Amino acid sequence: MTHSEFDSFRPPEPARRRRAGGKRGTGRRDVGDGSREMPMVPEPEFTSYYGRPVVKPAPWTEDVAAYLFLGGVAAGSALLGLGGQLTGRPTLRRNARLSALTAVSFGAVALVKDLGRPERFLNMLRTIKLTSPMSVGSWILSAFSVGTAVSAAAEVDRMTGARLPLGPLRNLLQAVEGPAGFEAALFAGPLAAYTAVLLGDTATPTWNAAHEELPFVFVSSAALASAGLAMITTPVQEAGPARKLAVLGVMGDVVAMRVMGHRMDPVVAEPLHQGKAGVMLKWSERLAAAGGLGTLLGGRNRAVAAASGLALLAASALTRFGVFEAGLSSARDPRYTIEPQKNRLAARRAAGITGDSITTAG
Amino acid sequence: MGQLSGPTDPAADARWEDQQPRKGFFTDTSICIGCKACEVACKEWNHNPQDGNLELLESSYDNTGGLGASTWRHVAFVEQGQERITEARESGRALVNLGMPRIGPPPTAASAGPDLANVDTTPPDTADFRWLMSSDVCKHCTHAGCLDVCPTGALFRTEFGTVVVQDDVCNGCGTCVAGCPFGVIERRSDGMVAVAAQREEQHAKHPAVPNVGVAQKCTLCYDRLVNDETPACAKACPTTSIKFGNHDDMVETARERVVSLHQQGLTEARLYGANELDGVGGTGAVFLLLDEPEVYGLPPDPRVPTADLPQMYRRAGMAVAGMVAAAALAFLGGRA
Repeated sequence: MTHSEFDSFRPPEPARRRRAGGKRGTGRRDVGDGSREMPMVPEPEFTSYYGRPVVKPAPWTEDVAAYLFLGGVAAGSALLGLGGQLTGRPTLRRNARLSALTAVSFGAVALVKDLGRPERFLNMLRTIKLTSPMSVGSWILSAFSVGTAVSAAAEVDRMTGARLPLGPLRNLLQAVEGPAGFEAALFAGPLAAYTAVLLGDTATPTWNAAHEELPFVFVSSAALASAGLAMITTPVQEAGPARKLAVLGVMGDVVAMRVMGHRMDPVVAEPLHQGKAGVMLKWSERLAAAGGLGTLLGGRNRAVAAASGLALLAASALTRFGVFEAGLSSARDPRYTIEPQKNRLAARRAAGITGDSITTAG
Repeated sequence: MGQLSGPTDPAADARWEDQQPRKGFFTDTSICIGCKACEVACKEWNHNPQDGNLELLESSYDNTGGLGASTWRHVAFVEQGQERITEARESGRALVNLGMPRIGPPPTAASAGPDLANVDTTPPDTADFRWLMSSDVCKHCTHAGCLDVCPTGALFRTEFGTVVVQDDVCNGCGTCVAGCPFGVIERRSDGMVAVAAQREEQHAKHPAVPNVGVAQKCTLCYDRLVNDETPACAKACPTTSIKFGNHDDMVETARERVVSLHQQGLTEARLYGANELDGVGGTGAVFLLLDEPEVYGLPPDPRVPTADLPQMYRRAGMAVAGMVAAAALAFLGGRA
């Protein structure tokens, strides 16, 4: 910083200069209007190849973000369904089972639609590959769908007064209905959590850096969203557990999100606070808090419960879309790949670890 | 689950019975002249369609952009002034001073190793400017992020230790695209046909784009390797900047080359991918660079994301337990 006698004539500077999301590291700041001084000390530069990205963003559309949300809703609903089944809450059980089937169906359609070759979606079950979260997830989703579909079919049959053309299979359906609810709930947790591993196990900077906390964010988000949906669909007399789950989910979500932001490299965490993703995640936290508060204070009122449920669903959707979008934008800007990598390399070298660099002198 | 990180023989890990020696490239960018013969030869041999609209990218002579679904060799062009050359020379010297890993026993004076203390390392006059050219390609990593995360098994490890997509199996899920720490593999779209309508006759009829919607990348000319042929790019390279052969020989050649450049005082020379202790277990395609990797658009410290997968599964398991516990807690204590 230099000081001169003309300092007092300068227009006041903004408190902190923040780097806009799309800006490249070339330092081409607009000074054309003469109102701004050229920065005397240039911001820390990073070199890149013509500002082009190093890693490629996943070619996923928002269908995948929608699936992250719907899969979470389905997973939580299956757990609520099992709870309703075990504690004698028939309305909660019915609504949760139907919610789970609806959400998982739309989610699966969104996934297939996003494939480059949708007609080959069955290739997902061509092999079981533990190193591929997508393969593991496909099997989890399939197993979950079986239990969900069977238990929901039993509900539909009951609702329609045994009018489904099942014939002798009706007895079988009624016999396996309970175990199917168990089976779906068994795969519910993994269904909610594997998507976090799917995003974490990529070279996309922000997703990869979030891999420690993202599973906690996603299961919390699934819990609060499914609880919110149950609070909308189910009368307050039976929705007690949903209200508790919603509050627990909100606490988990807010805490996990905060911890994630703090533990990540500050550079890689930037996309979570900037642009579209930043706005979505900010509102997601506000809505989650509002929904949680509403549940806690007025959850026994049907209208308040429904409104809180809606806020929670919106919060969960915004969390998923926000995290999704933040990752994609982190892949599009080479800064988020290069700077953290250079920093961690320098840190290792400073600590005396020199043997694991990809660049070597010989 | 096989080995997820560290030095290993990838073809042996893939349990090949008739395993061949691992094949690889050594791309010596110090003798690349930027002719793009490799790009052309690759396109022709692999029938890769036009990539994007024909346009000038205002990045020196590089109008290709980068590696992608239809571009499996990409020549980078970087123009630098004297200041940057000096910096590169210094960063290269810093690498030497770090005592970067050395395989085998330390070289004795008799073996004419890179003992720079006794060599006249007075750098040659630094040029006023220089033009870096480098032909980039899929690295065929020892631990390939794309291969690890592929859910269908469309990506597989060949008997030559390379990584290849099976076009008829891939369903275009796109996980591999995000899994590659080098940004190489990409899902092919037919997005470039728009330009055809505006062009003359010969461009009006593009041949149909093969493998649309499927992940595509360099195969290290697998179809040529199985017939004992050199990959198209290496065959076409007029300066032998792209060398092809057994991976071990390639690494050895690369080490010899960097030593001889250092002895000429060109300390900016360094190897990229020759260290099997790095984040991807070493690459099948090794490069000799004349500046920091990010200058060429390469990541400075790539790490295969799957290396952390066991930890991710553990964390996910804890999260699942938490979710189930929360649900159980919600139903305990009777009707609320």
